[in-house]
Amino acid sequence: MIPACALTDLPPGESVRIQADVPIAVFNADGDLYAIDDTCSHQDASLSDGWLEGCFVECPLHAALFDLRTGMPSCLPAKKPVRTHVVLVHDNYVYVDTSAHERIHQPAAEPVEATASEAVA
Amino acid sequence: MRTVTVVGASLAGLHSVQQLRQQGFDGRIVVVGDEPHRPYDRPPLSKGFLAGRAAVDDLWLCDEDDHDELDAEWLLGVRAEQLDPATGRVRLSNGAEIDSDGVVIATGGKASRLPGTEDMRGLHTVRTIEDAIALRAELTSGAGEVVVVGAGWIGAEIASTCHEFGLHVTLVEAGDVPLSRTLGDAMGSVFAALHTDHGVSLRCGNRVGGITHVSDRNGRRVTGIWLTDGTQLPADVVVMGIGMRPATDWLAGSGLTLDNGVLCDPGCVTELPSVVAVGDVARYRTATGGTVRHEHWTNAAEQPATAIRNLLAGATVEHYRPSGYVWSDQYGVRLQVAGELGQPDEVEVVDGSPSDRRFVVAYRSGGDTVGVLAMNNPKLFTRMRKQLANRVPSP
Repeated sequence: MIPACALTDLPPGESVRIQADVPIAVFNADGDLYAIDDTCSHQDASLSDGWLEGCFVECPLHAALFDLRTGMPSCLPAKKPVRTHVVLVHDNYVYVDTSAHERIHQPAAEPVEATASEAVA
Repeated sequence: MRTVTVVGASLAGLHSVQQLRQQGFDGRIVVVGDEPHRPYDRPPLSKGFLAGRAAVDDLWLCDEDDHDELDAEWLLGVRAEQLDPATGRVRLSNGAEIDSDGVVIATGGKASRLPGTEDMRGLHTVRTIEDAIALRAELTSGAGEVVVVGAGWIGAEIASTCHEFGLHVTLVEAGDVPLSRTLGDAMGSVFAALHTDHGVSLRCGNRVGGITHVSDRNGRRVTGIWLTDGTQLPADVVVMGIGMRPATDWLAGSGLTLDNGVLCDPGCVTELPSVVAVGDVARYRTATGGTVRHEHWTNAAEQPATAIRNLLAGATVEHYRPSGYVWSDQYGVRLQVAGELGQPDEVEVVDGSPSDRRFVVAYRSGGDTVGVLAMNNPKLFTRMRKQLANRVPSP
């Protein structure tokens, strides 16, 4: 479990980049928290710098669109998915669980409500 | 409309095929490409691919599944040689003829060369996979002195990649400041410093006055160039980043107006309503009465949506609105540009500082932000780019 940031540092529409084995981007999409691999699967760009719209993030380099729930790209130039990770909130702090990498092709766990003050860690 | 022929199998051609299917066209699509390859991405050719960080397999724009889904006939390694305006028939270099109800011209262009250098070894352009492989082979096999002619985006990226190989690079630029026409003198100077701070010798206000070479049994090989100020530069390798020429020769006799590109209306429709043009080859009329042609990846990716809509409608029902988005990676620095940077009233640094090589600059005209330039600040750049895209264009 990797600590990401205080919940107050990740208001809706914002993102943070944290360092795990690879960089990970954590997003607050209108109150729902998501984490995906930060590096675009197309070319070298940081998705945490991207444009967040609903539960999609647009790569800041070539506008490839990724579904934060599944990591799947929904348009070119990206063809490969990015990994999704589980986000937990405990004591108003955001954590990312990178141990469940097999979740790429299925929706990640139910998004965590950012307003929740506590979650099962 | 039963058959649409897309002439050109690069980014603009591929996006045209995708748009045809996305917009509901279920007829026959034939794609003609003069290169033997399926659609590939050209921007890495002067950057990661040239440097050896990306492989050929990283360049393909779509995989087998995408190809199957598009259900198009790909005629690769074949040139289109003629378009008959009366019948829409496209004649190919292999003698085949395709009767077409609609034609998409996406033929791009050829890299310009210095005159008289066609058969000279050591002189390179970078537009195709083969170009980049040939250049990389020379850069990694003992070349010491490299001269890059033209300090535009591609020339600058190639200079940066050569620097990465540890080679001594001289960059020759005709203008007094690199990129001054695109970015203005002040910002162009930032890019000049990027080169010189990395030990690249920048020779502005200079053109190539002559080329020196040796001849042996393998033919001619470049040994250096003369600059117009009289300087002689030795060179093992010369790379020409001096622009491109739209590939329109095959359209002679088609009745279409050819003027440094294929002339089209603001919706990318040519004088023939069943023929549209997209990408580097398309010169379209703007709302202000001028004409413009773009040579960017983003334009080639964006233009087909409008062109195909108009092709399928049989009339110009939508005008093209470019985002003007361009990016470049040089010396480990990421540059991004969007909107119109041509003739601003004012240029303001809104974040960071050019000396730190992390900044965002707004280009303003009549009080409005019309363009944005960023170095190493993609987050703020993207936000400003989105604001620009949502801006109602001034009448």
